[in-house]
Amino acid sequence: MSIVDSIKELFTTNLRQSGIYIAFVAIIAFFAWRTDFLSLGPQNLTNLILQYSYILILAIGMVIVIIAGHIDLSVGSVVGLVGGVSAVLVVRNGMPWWVGILAGLLVGAAVGAWQGFWVAFVGIPAFIVTLAGMLLFRGLAGLVLNNISLGPYGEPFTLIAQGFENGFLGGHGYDAFTLVVFALAVVAYAWSQWRARQSRLAYQQSVQPLPMLVLQVVVVGAVVMWFAWRLANDRGLPYVLVILAVLIIAYTMVTQRSVFGRHVYALGGNRTAAALSGVKVKWINFGVMLNMGVLAGVAGLVFSARSNAAQPGAGNMFELDAIAACFIGGAAVTGGVGTVPGAMVGGLIMAVMSNGMQLMGMETSPQQVVKGLVLLLAVAFDVWNKRRSGAVR
Amino acid sequence: MTDHILEMRGITKTFPGVKALQDVSLEVERGEIHAICGENGAGKSTLMKVLSGVYPYGDYEGDIVYEGEHARFHSINDSEAKGIVIIHQELALVPYLSVSENIFLGNERRGRTGMIDWNRTNSEAAKLLARVGLHENPTTPVGLLGVGKQQLIEIAKALSKEVKLLILDEPTAALNDIDSQHLLGLLRQLKEHGITSIMISHKLNEIADIADRTTIIRDGRTIETIDMRDPSSTQERIIKGMVGRDLEHRYPERTPEIGDEVLRVEDWTVHHPTQIGRVVVDNASFSVRSGEVVGIAGLMGAGRTELAMSLFGHSYGRDITGRVFKYGQEIKTRSVAECIQNGIAYATEDRKTYGLNLIEDVKRNISAAGLHQLARRGWVNGNEELKVAEEYRGSLNIKTPHVLVPAGKLSGGNQQKVVLSKWIYTNPDVLILDEPTRGIDVGAKYEIYTIINRLVAEGKAVVVISSELPELLGICDRIYTLAFGRITGEVPVAEATQEKLMELMTKEKEQVR
Repeated sequence: MSIVDSIKELFTTNLRQSGIYIAFVAIIAFFAWRTDFLSLGPQNLTNLILQYSYILILAIGMVIVIIAGHIDLSVGSVVGLVGGVSAVLVVRNGMPWWVGILAGLLVGAAVGAWQGFWVAFVGIPAFIVTLAGMLLFRGLAGLVLNNISLGPYGEPFTLIAQGFENGFLGGHGYDAFTLVVFALAVVAYAWSQWRARQSRLAYQQSVQPLPMLVLQVVVVGAVVMWFAWRLANDRGLPYVLVILAVLIIAYTMVTQRSVFGRHVYALGGNRTAAALSGVKVKWINFGVMLNMGVLAGVAGLVFSARSNAAQPGAGNMFELDAIAACFIGGAAVTGGVGTVPGAMVGGLIMAVMSNGMQLMGMETSPQQVVKGLVLLLAVAFDVWNKRRSGAVR
Repeated sequence: MTDHILEMRGITKTFPGVKALQDVSLEVERGEIHAICGENGAGKSTLMKVLSGVYPYGDYEGDIVYEGEHARFHSINDSEAKGIVIIHQELALVPYLSVSENIFLGNERRGRTGMIDWNRTNSEAAKLLARVGLHENPTTPVGLLGVGKQQLIEIAKALSKEVKLLILDEPTAALNDIDSQHLLGLLRQLKEHGITSIMISHKLNEIADIADRTTIIRDGRTIETIDMRDPSSTQERIIKGMVGRDLEHRYPERTPEIGDEVLRVEDWTVHHPTQIGRVVVDNASFSVRSGEVVGIAGLMGAGRTELAMSLFGHSYGRDITGRVFKYGQEIKTRSVAECIQNGIAYATEDRKTYGLNLIEDVKRNISAAGLHQLARRGWVNGNEELKVAEEYRGSLNIKTPHVLVPAGKLSGGNQQKVVLSKWIYTNPDVLILDEPTRGIDVGAKYEIYTIINRLVAEGKAVVVISSELPELLGICDRIYTLAFGRITGEVPVAEATQEKLMELMTKEKEQVR
């Protein structure tokens, strides 16, 4: 296969996968043009990360829930409850920051186990269980906080969402450490791609031509380093970006390479066939919901740290942003289809659009209209694409 | 000059990359039963979709002349308005609606106010039911009736639309012998009333029985149309046309080398999952030895699948009692995972709903049950997985360009090979194959039999559940008969005949009822 063929394939047969990336680039370009490149400025890019990190964290858990054929409507309320519990401990009772974090994660896990129990072992549809959870945990958040907002947490708790690594290796007006970290990441990426290619070759499988691989690594590397340069010129490396990166890499591995991940896809695609193939369907469903609870806990902590306060209404409607991110990112309502990177790009599309429209000075109402239409069009495109390739039978 | 109700001339239909139909012609005489035969993927269903307007006019090349006019159907509604009704293999009935609501769905009988006239609806439905010989209350929900009766309701629905040309896609595939006979009888009756039928079928004996003429399609082309009244039109002749070569033996030769007992089931009793107290499998005992193919013959509803699925990790039923021994040792079979560990595999009769993840690729379907072999500490070796899948694609001759194609895109026979690959990869000692050749064509059947022979030659034990008696007689060493949940007989193949088996399969009917 020549390079030209590979690129052609990227735009034709792989349109389903690559379409979302093309749309992403187009949206970035559009807003860069409309805002005189303000949207690509160092400060705005950094803010974008800080502002949408918790939605992306929720979307990681949500895409797994959706692949398994469920939905979780409660995550916004869980964010509120987790914030409430951590604030009561840290702010009201003056406990150390790590107690708040631990408690937040435990609350998330408990919520996940509770919902997992009803979904997996009692067999109530997740839609119902989490609709109940949406009310239940929102109510609990209000009770825990006595319906008033509680803050400030103060440092170091707020550093989770507001902290930066800056000046560790010096630099003249830019943070050298950020650049080094990103450069190492690019090297690791290139190395892993090379390793994957070598092991495919060892198994005598077809691989993309070497120049194509080089081109891919160079393009990805250039984009990443450009992004790093932007961050380095602002406040440096946000801690929350590190948390996010670790989660994305770990969960991409889990979904694509682990037995657990494969069982999630199997049961989302055909539950009975999975059960008859020895998949422990109940435990997988339980694990999926438990995991969602823990990630909602993480998101709740990040959001509270960013607001520097816990509010009874915190996280309202987050579930819808997270669900939208998954569907824009190519997940299927019927289960069995979806990827973590796809959901991340879907979340970023929503983020770039909201942020761009804010920069353009648009009001909230038209913003919602645009976001609603984009969600609809993204899924319509997906359906059209499936029909075109004849995947539906 | 014969009177043709339908002539399709030079039909060519292309999908991206594939020519599904190439210059196909079909002539159907008024008032005949016309069979269409061909291997899976030959283009039979595509041709019927062209005819019924599923693929609209302009989407294909060629002419359709129906009732002497050039037909240009843009949708299925157009063709139905002209009296062409197609009944698909997967029945399109709504289980929660009543029989009469289903019959008049989309074609409701309204009163003067525009609201549904229920008296008229139900009385007309009752008349239609009488015409198809179904004695059911028109207000019964369809989901409570068996597949055979549902098929008749589909025909009643077609009759309500003033059908002139009835197209049936594999009408008897899911029916037992008695229901099939009833259906074929009905088709004959409709013929006497001047209704023309086109029937797609794999069951050659049925075609020989009922069709006036048969058109054979292979690889998207018409091979020939033969007159079934001609004595030279034998089943062998049709098979030859379908596969393009003489199929001397429908069952591959095998010299049995039977060893020790591998699996023994004693006093297996299973109750219905929802109807408390109803016994579905009653004290069944059977055994299978290494190198042996054992058949389980039974009519639909005899409890064949229920026996197998309850055995396989208690996947069906409740209050299951009985003991399972492997190599003389009692084993537990309470979960599917335990069964797989104990070297038992079960390939289901319904590969689309129970056997495969259709949206997932062939590779992941093959590895689904044996994934633990590809994993270390919970992580799957994707390269090794691909290698394994490629090996099975080669050794079982799965026809797909590569193993990354979604399983749903394969033909029935190749899907069945994927299911077999999945279970063979778990390295079982006993394979229970439930209807392994249902709905697949003659050529693929032969390949499946060859695979079964290869498995027993390796010393494995195979249990085949089938409703096709010639198949059991062709491939088994020993056959158990199952009737109303009881094992009613055990016959070595040398002593077995279809008549004898059928007698055992219907035994004790009066006592149980």
